[in-house]
Amino acid sequence: MAALRVLVGVKRVIDYAVKVRPAPGGGAPGDLPRPLRVQTQGVKHSLNPFCEIALEEAVRLKEKGAASEVIAVSVGTKASQETLRTALAVGADRAVLLEVGEGQAVGPREVATALAALAGRLQPQLLLLGKQAIDDDCNQTGQMLAAMLDWPQGTFASRLELESGAVLVEREVDGGLEKLRLRLPAVLTADLRLNEPRYATLPNIMKAKKKPLEVIPAAELGGTPPDPPRLKILKLEEPPARGGGQKVQDVPALLEGLKQAGRI
Amino acid sequence: MALRRVLGLGAALGRRSFCSKQPLPPDFVEALRAVVGAPNVSTATAVREQHGHDESMHDCAPPDAVVWPQAVEQVQELAALCHRCRVPMVPFGTGTGLEGGVNAVQGGVCFDLSRMDAITELSLEDFSVVVEPGVTRKALNKHLRGTGLWFPVDPGADASLCGMAATGASGTNAVRYGTMRPNVLNLRVVLPDGRLLHTAGPGRQPRWAPGGARKGRDGTGRDGCPPAPRSPPSRRKRAAGYDLTSLFVGSEGTLGFLTQATLRLHPLPEAVAVTTAAFPSVRAAVACTVQVLQAAVPVARIEFLDEVMVEACSRFSKLELPAAATLLLELHGSRRGLAEQQQQTEEIVQLNGGSSLAWAKQLEEREQLWAMRHSAWYAALALRPGCQGYSTDVCVPISRLPDVVVETKQDLQDSGITGPMVGHVGDGNFHCIIVFNTQDPAEARRVHAFTERLGRRALAAGGTCTGEHGVGLGKRALLREELGQEGLDTLRSIKTALDPHNLMNPGKVL
Repeated sequence: MAALRVLVGVKRVIDYAVKVRPAPGGGAPGDLPRPLRVQTQGVKHSLNPFCEIALEEAVRLKEKGAASEVIAVSVGTKASQETLRTALAVGADRAVLLEVGEGQAVGPREVATALAALAGRLQPQLLLLGKQAIDDDCNQTGQMLAAMLDWPQGTFASRLELESGAVLVEREVDGGLEKLRLRLPAVLTADLRLNEPRYATLPNIMKAKKKPLEVIPAAELGGTPPDPPRLKILKLEEPPARGGGQKVQDVPALLEGLKQAGRI
Repeated sequence: MALRRVLGLGAALGRRSFCSKQPLPPDFVEALRAVVGAPNVSTATAVREQHGHDESMHDCAPPDAVVWPQAVEQVQELAALCHRCRVPMVPFGTGTGLEGGVNAVQGGVCFDLSRMDAITELSLEDFSVVVEPGVTRKALNKHLRGTGLWFPVDPGADASLCGMAATGASGTNAVRYGTMRPNVLNLRVVLPDGRLLHTAGPGRQPRWAPGGARKGRDGTGRDGCPPAPRSPPSRRKRAAGYDLTSLFVGSEGTLGFLTQATLRLHPLPEAVAVTTAAFPSVRAAVACTVQVLQAAVPVARIEFLDEVMVEACSRFSKLELPAAATLLLELHGSRRGLAEQQQQTEEIVQLNGGSSLAWAKQLEEREQLWAMRHSAWYAALALRPGCQGYSTDVCVPISRLPDVVVETKQDLQDSGITGPMVGHVGDGNFHCIIVFNTQDPAEARRVHAFTERLGRRALAAGGTCTGEHGVGLGKRALLREELGQEGLDTLRSIKTALDPHNLMNPGKVL
């Protein structure tokens, strides 16, 4: 078996099926400040779907004998341990939580910084991430990480194949499919058609409880000290409620209605 | 229209005659609005028509009004109101039924229960979960991702789980995991007069607050009330009184509204393998099935497709399977157990002259094979574009299956009917997807005669006229033949006891 260590980044996000709402607090205008967060208390969370795909690919590499170890890593609060246990149940060998405080703003730049520092410690040959998280849809972490590490990157991967010392990546780009050969170590981000992730089974969930999960405060990782966050949320609100439709009798009535609504 | 006349649907056995429709009492719609709020009541033509049919060929019969209750207390109030005014009520889940179960043949109010969609009381140790009618089976399994559990009953469509309970649904996994009946542990039923019944006994439920507060997806009370301190009972064994749960499963909306179901979950298999096997004849394929079951191989799914069906599916799903009687098998087990099952299956298939097996283990390959099987309906329709489809659904004892299937195939050929066959042969259940031109009266007559013969052939072999689709509108005459006078009288007594005014989904089943 090749001595290839794979690091997989996973993120705990609000489950895709949940109807997201602004957090309570913030009543009439001029009252308390409007909420700048969404409701996360008591809301179902799960592993980001694109991270699942990345994890599945890593586990398949190990099953094929192309990789020797799969380490799942997450940058998040204590609650992310749950997500890492799921990753262990799917087939990761061990997990690392880079812990941040509750309410601490953690965007792609902060995550990439932390992962880069961890990569320095663990020396993986392959870094697999999901292409984006479904809560912020940033699609930036993988790219920033590659830049910080000065590693080649293969983003939107829909197929990958390991060769000796390199990885063959097929990427989904606007014009079609692009094939790249990247020297290892490299950063790859997984797109939808890379694979169909497996479901964790009960025996594996039980085994996962015994697999090692290390918690390291992100601030202690060393490397570049964290800069203050550069993004500030100015406003957060629900989209306007959908109004009822109106049937009109004929074209003049339609034009009249559009004029009244200020559309023409 | 032609098919309905041709199938000669007779009068209902309730108080009203089949098609009698009373107009709604004055101010009735206002009263509905007072209970659920104006946005949750509709009398718009398009909305009513949408709710007046399912996936079957029965003509659309729209209700007079559609309501969307948000909580069980609203369902109770609405039912009590309809009961007082003697207005018929029709429960509606996803409208994916195949027997006209939601067609409001006597008008009335359609209760669209899809907005009640909470998943609560998930117990990983008890392997149970509680769902409301708005939860479909795919939504539940997605919700269960990561727990190691799943709900295996899969009738093909992404149906409402409570709707599946109401029709006693089944699917490809029934041979190993059972149909809905053994997998429903408790039901919260709103009876026709508005009373609330828990068929296996109540657990306390969160209170509904006026103003339309709804429970969150994970069961926490958005209305400020704490969630139920004790979950509804999900005991496996009980010897306490008549089995009411089983009575309401398969009642097709004629005894009450299933507003919540406690379901039994199963552990996901550790290893799965799927294969196809082609056989020289239909008899060989069906005989192989019988032998696989007798060898006690715990096969998870075993589906039969005749050569017409295989060709249609191959073309439709762009796979390249040989046009021969085919079995599609799936095995579940631990890694070592699976290898043993695979070996046993291979031996039996060889014994019956089957082709050599290529096992698919990767999720994508397995999904591809099952997607091909699940699109059988559309593949069949694609054989004769412009025609309509009608699925038969008989189930016979395994010992009689080879004969019945071979006779049916002969009958299809003799009658000149396009009817590819697909079946859950592990349960003795198979479907002929009859594709025909409804505008051609001669063909429609031939089809009608064929389905009658098939129903009677199944009954003569000791089987049933409907294995999983239900009785609905079209099979009431066959039900009479199957159960006999005493059976039917007993059903009528139960119906009269629970719904004396025949308001719940009139015109169906009885």
